[in-house]
Amino acid sequence: MFKIVKRRDLTPVTKLFVVDAPLVARSAKPGQFVIVRIREQGERIPLTIADYDPEAGTVTIIFQEVGMTTRLMGELKEGDELLDFVGPLGQAAPEVTEGNVIFVGGGFGVAPIYPIAKQYFNAGVHVESIIGARTKDLLILKEEMETVSHRLHVATDDGSLGHKGFVTEVLQRMIDEGQRMDIVVAIGPMVMMRAVTEVTRPYGIKTLVSVDPIMVDGTGMCGACRVTVGGKTKFACVDGPIFDAHEVDFDEAVRRGKMYAEEERRANEACRCGGGA
Amino acid sequence: MAKVKEKRTPMPSQDPRERIGNFDEVALGYTVEMAVEEAKRCLQCKRPTCLEGCPVQVQIPEFIALVAEGDFLGAARKIKETNSLPAICGRVCPQEEQCEIRCVLGKKWEPVAIGRLERFVADYERLHGEGDDIQRVPSNGRKVAVVGSGPAGLTCAGDLAKLGYEVTIFEALHAPGGVLVYGIPEFRLPKEIVRAEVETIRKLGVRILTNVVVGKTVTIDQLLADGYEAVFVGSGAGLPRFMNIPGENLNGVYSANEFLTRVNLMKGYLFPEWDTPVKVGKRVAVVGGGNVAMDAVRCSLRLGVEEAYIIYRRSEKEVPARAEEVEHAKEEGVKFKFLTNPVRILGTEDGWVKAMECLRMELGEPDASGRRRPIPVKGSEHIIEVDTVIMALGTSPNPLIAGSTSGLETTSWGGIIIDEETGQTSRPEVFAGGDAVTGAATVILAMGAGKRAAKGIHEYLTKGS
Ligand SMILES: Cc1cc2nc3c(=O)[nH]c(=O)nc-3n(C[C@H](O)[C@H](O)[C@H](O)COP(=O)(O)OP(=O)(O)OC[C@H]3O[C@@H](n4cnc5c(N)ncnc54)[C@H](O)[C@@H]3O)c2cc1C
Ligand SMILES: Cc1cc2nc3c(=O)[nH]c(=O)nc-3n(C[C@H](O)[C@H](O)[C@H](O)COP(=O)(O)OP(=O)(O)OC[C@H]3O[C@@H](n4cnc5c(N)ncnc54)[C@H](O)[C@@H]3O)c2cc1C
Ligand code: SF4
Ligand code: SF4
Ligand code: FES
Repeated sequence: MFKIVKRRDLTPVTKLFVVDAPLVARSAKPGQFVIVRIREQGERIPLTIADYDPEAGTVTIIFQEVGMTTRLMGELKEGDELLDFVGPLGQAAPEVTEGNVIFVGGGFGVAPIYPIAKQYFNAGVHVESIIGARTKDLLILKEEMETVSHRLHVATDDGSLGHKGFVTEVLQRMIDEGQRMDIVVAIGPMVMMRAVTEVTRPYGIKTLVSVDPIMVDGTGMCGACRVTVGGKTKFACVDGPIFDAHEVDFDEAVRRGKMYAEEERRANEACRCGGGA
Repeated sequence: MAKVKEKRTPMPSQDPRERIGNFDEVALGYTVEMAVEEAKRCLQCKRPTCLEGCPVQVQIPEFIALVAEGDFLGAARKIKETNSLPAICGRVCPQEEQCEIRCVLGKKWEPVAIGRLERFVADYERLHGEGDDIQRVPSNGRKVAVVGSGPAGLTCAGDLAKLGYEVTIFEALHAPGGVLVYGIPEFRLPKEIVRAEVETIRKLGVRILTNVVVGKTVTIDQLLADGYEAVFVGSGAGLPRFMNIPGENLNGVYSANEFLTRVNLMKGYLFPEWDTPVKVGKRVAVVGGGNVAMDAVRCSLRLGVEEAYIIYRRSEKEVPARAEEVEHAKEEGVKFKFLTNPVRILGTEDGWVKAMECLRMELGEPDASGRRRPIPVKGSEHIIEVDTVIMALGTSPNPLIAGSTSGLETTSWGGIIIDEETGQTSRPEVFAGGDAVTGAATVILAMGAGKRAAKGIHEYLTKGS
């Protein structure tokens, strides 16, 4: 069992847990994820490691309540325990120690961006970040991102904070202004990652995305997480989840993500009546 | 002894029409009377040939004699001297090619039903035994780590604990048991039985840490640095194979591993009471002819599909699955398409499986495996309409451990190379066995390998002291 030592509500639907998991904390690297299960009949769901502290033996996860499991998780309190918490899984983000990197984070995608930005920033990379959300109240980790970015841009769909519109528009403007960028790292909803990929493609700017296919074991045993990258089938849980964006078959990835849409809806309805959430 | 009955005592089983509506065990096991009757068929041979067929040397005639006398708990103790997981072996051992095939009765009549008796004895003990006659050996203060809690890891850990070692099993998944919990379905091996057998290993003093992926959470080198004096790798052969044909990433195409894990480990058949969904449409094709393919196709029937096909590229004679499993599948209404091989999977506009294009095959000269090689028949393309495809093409060892352990030698297909006698790898403190070494094999061979390695580790750690 893995104790929740701290809980913070970042937005009404985005929660942060600091979890006591010394073995995971000892080996974690930016870009990796864990798989969590909250109860005996529960599903295994992947969540990115948003931060970790090997000394304290803790790992931070940030999740958005989108369905049954994440909503049940949202009801847990400090001192409660997660039944299973396994990791760190997947490959770490590539190490970069110089040059200019632009981070683009959308929605809960800012959470996985943060540890990578922190690592690059501390290693001496010039970091600029663009973070976005539908509206100001849904924006997460703004202060944290400020501390690991030389410049931080904000975009909201409704203009309640920063640029009114999409993060891709800010990115396009930076490109148009001739800003130097060696690598763009984009993490967020699949549609956003695909949009960023199309922005950078004509300029040949190296772009990394962290894909989030449906997973079961997270160790390469089931193949549920297959994505096509550069025309080859990869298992995102062991070969990824970070891939070269210009090689990823997003159409397939989006389609595969919907494999259980019907069942997710059913589970969600069942859980709404039961939990009254 | 009186005249021997020619036929073995049949074992009752659930009616096929009924059982495809549930996940309960198909074979129901012997009653006390049936067990005694069957045990009396054994000739108690002076030089029992059956013994040679058992990879863990169960004292077959001795335990059967005890069954014939009605001393079932005594029989259980006898079996457990050499086999720590009898309720499991009695159910899933390929007895027809191991112990039973060598039974002298089999030369003229039907061999003694050794597996069924073993199962009976183990079940009897679980229900009626004292349970706690397990002797916990005082610790010798030396730590050994075991990677993986499948039959190889459990057996190795149990044997080492009996020698006084402080054993910790590290398991990647959230439940111990390996393929026994995530692969083999409830209707063939109830998970309650696996849990009970795992408990027995725990009572010997073995610690089981789930949620630890060795190679990710900790490496073997870290374990050795943390004070474990030796490591046994029983990580199995969990990496699924695909065919690399067009359409394989369409929605509705599973590896057998994913399908079976959703059904068995995650209890997908209980969705939505349990949270993990598993989707089968109305018509499913399972590609492959092994035990795994039979398990997958029989699970799909129980999830309510209307048509279930086995697509296998050789003929019925070459099918690697146990005859009993093929028989069960047929009784339940599975359609077998032999000498058929898929070439591509066709999808709907929104990316779901709608059909599979196949070629007919004919058998040519024997290939490296000694079986006749299937050759496609020109112009034999045909379409089979299905909405779910399950690939059961075999598995190979997961590269996670070899990739994270320096100096651990493997074969070209990823099997860990060991000394057959001791299980020792190219790293002297690291031992291995089971599917991680051989590739996908059997429960009993994995257990035998775990046993040999436990002995090998003990010799290695006591050498010179
Ligand atoms: C490598 C990786 C890292 C992730 N990191 C984060 C993170 O840091 N924060 C966060 O909020 N979310 C993250 N996700 C997504 C998160 O796993 C899903 O939101 C979660 O599984 C939803 O479960 P649910 O039962 O609440 O919702 P459901 O109703 O089951 O599903 C809602 C959505 O989540 C997707 N999903 C469902 N089950 C799974 C599964 N087992 N694996 C992957 N996706 C699934 C569905 O396709 C659907 O789009 C990550 C996913 C991956 C693969
Ligand atoms: C569907 C199916 C049906 C079968 N039917 C039969 C049958 O009827 N009869 C029969 O005799 N055999 C059968 N087999 C084969 C048999 O189950 C295997 O040969 C046997 O389980 C191998 O045992 P093992 O201990 O080597 O590995 P496994 O049982 O595969 O166990 C390995 C364990 O190690 C864990 N692991 C892997 N990597 C790591 C890591 N890096 N860190 C920590 N843990 C790790 C895995 O999660 C797993 O729990 C079947 C197999 C399948 C898949
Ligand atoms: S363990 Fe398997 S092979 Fe050995 S006697 Fe029992 S059923 Fe036969
Ligand atoms: S060979 Fe057959 S008859 Fe002889 S002891 Fe073994 S089981 Fe009994
Ligand atoms: S999640 Fe099972 S192989 Fe990646």
